[in-house]
Amino acid sequence: MPDLLIELFSEEIPARMQGKASADLQKLVTDGLVEAGLTYASAAAFATPRRLALSVEGLTAASQAVREERKGPKVGAPEQAVAGFARGAGVEVSALDVRADKKGEVYFAVIERPGRPAAEIIAEVLDKTVRTFPWPKSMRWGAGSLKWVRPLHSIICLLSDEAGAEVVPVEIDGITAGAETQGHRFLSKGAIKVTGFEDYEAKLKQAHVYLRPEERAEMIWHDATNQAFAQGLEVVADPGLLAEVAGLVEWPVVLLGKIADDFLDLPPEVLQTSMKEHQKFFSVKDKTGRIVQFVTVANTETSDGGATILAGNQKVLFARLSDAKFFWENDLRVAKAGMEPWLESLGNVTFHNKLGTQKDRIERIVALARELATVVGADADEAAEAARVAKADLSSEMVYEFPELQGLMGRYYAANAGLSDAVAAAAEEHYSPLGPSDDVPTAPVSVAVALADKLDTLTGFWAIDEKPTGSKDPFALRRAALGVIRLILENGLTVPLSRIFVENSWAPELLSFFHDRLKVYLKDQGIRHDVIDACIAMPGNDDLTLLVKRAKALQATLETDDGENLIQGFKRANNILSQAEEKDGVSYEYGADPKFAEHDAERALFTALDEADRVIKPAMEAEDFGTAMAAMAELRGPIDAFFEGVQVNAENDIVRRNRLNLLSRIRSTCLAVADLTRING
Amino acid sequence: MAETPRSFQGIILALQSYWASKGCAVLQPYDMEVGAGTFHPATTLRALGSKAWAAAYVQPSRRPTDGRYGENPNRLQHYYQYQVIIKPSPPDLQALYLGSLEAIGIDASLHDIRFVEDDWESPTLGAWGLGWEVWCDGMEISQFTYFQQVGGHDCHPVSGELTYGLERLAMYVLNVDHVMDMPFNDPQSPIPLTYGDVFKQTEEEYARWNFDVADTETLLQHFKDAEAECARILDEPAVDPKTGKTILMAHPAYDQAIKASHVFNLLDARGVISVTERQAYIGRVRALTKACADAFVATPAGGAT
Repeated sequence: MPDLLIELFSEEIPARMQGKASADLQKLVTDGLVEAGLTYASAAAFATPRRLALSVEGLTAASQAVREERKGPKVGAPEQAVAGFARGAGVEVSALDVRADKKGEVYFAVIERPGRPAAEIIAEVLDKTVRTFPWPKSMRWGAGSLKWVRPLHSIICLLSDEAGAEVVPVEIDGITAGAETQGHRFLSKGAIKVTGFEDYEAKLKQAHVYLRPEERAEMIWHDATNQAFAQGLEVVADPGLLAEVAGLVEWPVVLLGKIADDFLDLPPEVLQTSMKEHQKFFSVKDKTGRIVQFVTVANTETSDGGATILAGNQKVLFARLSDAKFFWENDLRVAKAGMEPWLESLGNVTFHNKLGTQKDRIERIVALARELATVVGADADEAAEAARVAKADLSSEMVYEFPELQGLMGRYYAANAGLSDAVAAAAEEHYSPLGPSDDVPTAPVSVAVALADKLDTLTGFWAIDEKPTGSKDPFALRRAALGVIRLILENGLTVPLSRIFVENSWAPELLSFFHDRLKVYLKDQGIRHDVIDACIAMPGNDDLTLLVKRAKALQATLETDDGENLIQGFKRANNILSQAEEKDGVSYEYGADPKFAEHDAERALFTALDEADRVIKPAMEAEDFGTAMAAMAELRGPIDAFFEGVQVNAENDIVRRNRLNLLSRIRSTCLAVADLTRING
Repeated sequence: MAETPRSFQGIILALQSYWASKGCAVLQPYDMEVGAGTFHPATTLRALGSKAWAAAYVQPSRRPTDGRYGENPNRLQHYYQYQVIIKPSPPDLQALYLGSLEAIGIDASLHDIRFVEDDWESPTLGAWGLGWEVWCDGMEISQFTYFQQVGGHDCHPVSGELTYGLERLAMYVLNVDHVMDMPFNDPQSPIPLTYGDVFKQTEEEYARWNFDVADTETLLQHFKDAEAECARILDEPAVDPKTGKTILMAHPAYDQAIKASHVFNLLDARGVISVTERQAYIGRVRALTKACADAFVATPAGGAT
């Protein structure tokens, strides 16, 4: 069984693209091989800044010969039909077989596809893979027309088995595959000739290239934490940065450097963001959590042990942090004076041309936060103040430079403006939750502003008819709605949404948008769609907390044996009743009387319904859905017994009507709890 | 390895002789105000069409909004770029580039030189390309771009473009912290001059003019005039009635596009262009460069036969 080694050696591949590119290479090549009739035992792909590599082990040496028979038209069919059939099958008309069939003689085409050697297939698959590779962005270079992420320099395409290694003859736009590659750009000279994957990986290592990204990442993390530990320090973990840095080096060399004292007063998040975004440095903190040093990862070893590299990096960092410090100090002056110029300048920032400026928007959020304060248990003035300043930091120099620090800087600046802790916290927390797994704020002032912010966004865009469609949601309105849902549910709040949407024409549509998002959210928690629908059909469905409470109780009931069977009984009652009502043209809603009951099971059902109604009504009023639904589930026995022993369509019309009216009581009792007609099964 | 340069001009001279030795035509700066070396017709227009091309030059560049009255250690409204363009991009362009670093005293065995993803786009030139910013010990010292499109035309063949920010690069090589302290000529010269001796006063003067004094009405009129003149030039019939020759005036028209672009930058520095207007102005300049590119590809230098 031969093994295959492919390497595509190019100029530097962007770090963010390497992971997907190696996976794509593996998939495209192995899929292509399998499609052409080869099989393999295992495959693995790797990426460094300058190369993509694929190793396929245990490949079959050739594809199997294939013989296919195809049945064609009858003998005597029009000539064109016969010729067409032969052409489609790829054989000459004269080569068609004639065979006897049930209905007479029929043409058969026998298609023979001989097995093909692996090398021939690999050459085709690799050519196609390179030409159709799904890079996010690709380019041409020189005078050629081939596209790759950056200029492609050489290709290894090597089949090897016990007998030795052989280059697969492939030529793509003037690049002829061979068995040679290059090592590290600076630490290795000349070409490296390889005989197979193991040899390739080992020789690359000698030439100062670690092929495996995870090995490079591990080395970086290991060296960084060790060096920090030796100084009594700790590296701040950042898996995203680690993966990126591992994609920028073939030969990682970790260097630990100091941050000048001038900058140690900056907020740690500012240090961390500036070092990460601009320099791709890791932050290193001391025992008290202060960031005091940094880790940079060089791609090379030097005779001075990295001293020049470290000094250069430190110099660049000094300049960067001088900027950050300049912003921070300028911002603090504005913050300490009360942030008014920032709030004013938000009047020059358009939020959306139909929804006014950020300043207009903040005024709406202030009013809404004040209104919501009572519901969430916050002080109304404090909630309003928090809403007023929550977005002030958008005008600050620091957030202009580092947009990802919005909110966090707001918190620092609000605190420096002398505002309460709750107001400062709201500046940071009101953006949350951003996703389905983000923490949800719980502090009342933060919750009030977070709800007001998101609800203003939603009502605003609904009012100007800019709703999400299909996969398009440019204003992240689904995320905003999910945020509102999580804020309400996880804090157990009673926020009647209809009161916020008021009488607007779009209000019902927005509420149903919320219901759709709620279904997605509850589905992830294992609550069935039909259960939610059964509860949405009930009054008070704009109170999401109540709605979910009802749905959870209903689902719990349906999971019991009684609950499940009750649904069958309910449906049977409902069907019989609906048919009779349609046939008779009347509605049997009133007047079931136990005195016309003829059967014990009938009388027992009367008693059971009376008992259920006695429990359910007050329980529903107290929003004690568990009790109400348990009482409803109790009806299962009597209902089953009734259908077992009683014929609804009795001869006697009085008895029949009485029984239909009794079924109607089943329906009304159950429908008082939830719309069971919407339950499946 | 060559002797390490000791001054700003030493670095420029080293780059000039290096790229001359690699076969580039060493051109002189374009005699108009531009925002970057790419605007020089030797790059913008010569990147178009099928003809091979290799040029290197210093280009004084102006970015009015970056003026800091000569006080910021590395921000200037007038600075120098070193520009190299080779079409088609040679397969060893990265190696050639690394050779130029060696020529100015950056020893790759002591420094960490990296090619970090950076896609280049110029909305005013209707141009984009892929490449990197080159880092030396964590500092960006050059831009390296393979042009894919210029003036709305696909580049065929592709040009390789290198841009060095000369002040920043020189400050690093010469180990200077403030641009104004950097030796302009050799410090051992009879009359040693620093960058500040040459440019400190002009940075102050231009910063004041750019930010506060430039007459916006006049500038707005200049913009309109340049735009109109560009269109007028390109509208002229191809055959010159006087000489009877076919003379498309791509370069004179492109001068007007450059002029409009610089006036736009000045207006921007004066703070009279709102966010929405900005896009519209950029679009107008792009329309001009695109029209010039269309004209250039119809000329002999643009590969027309």
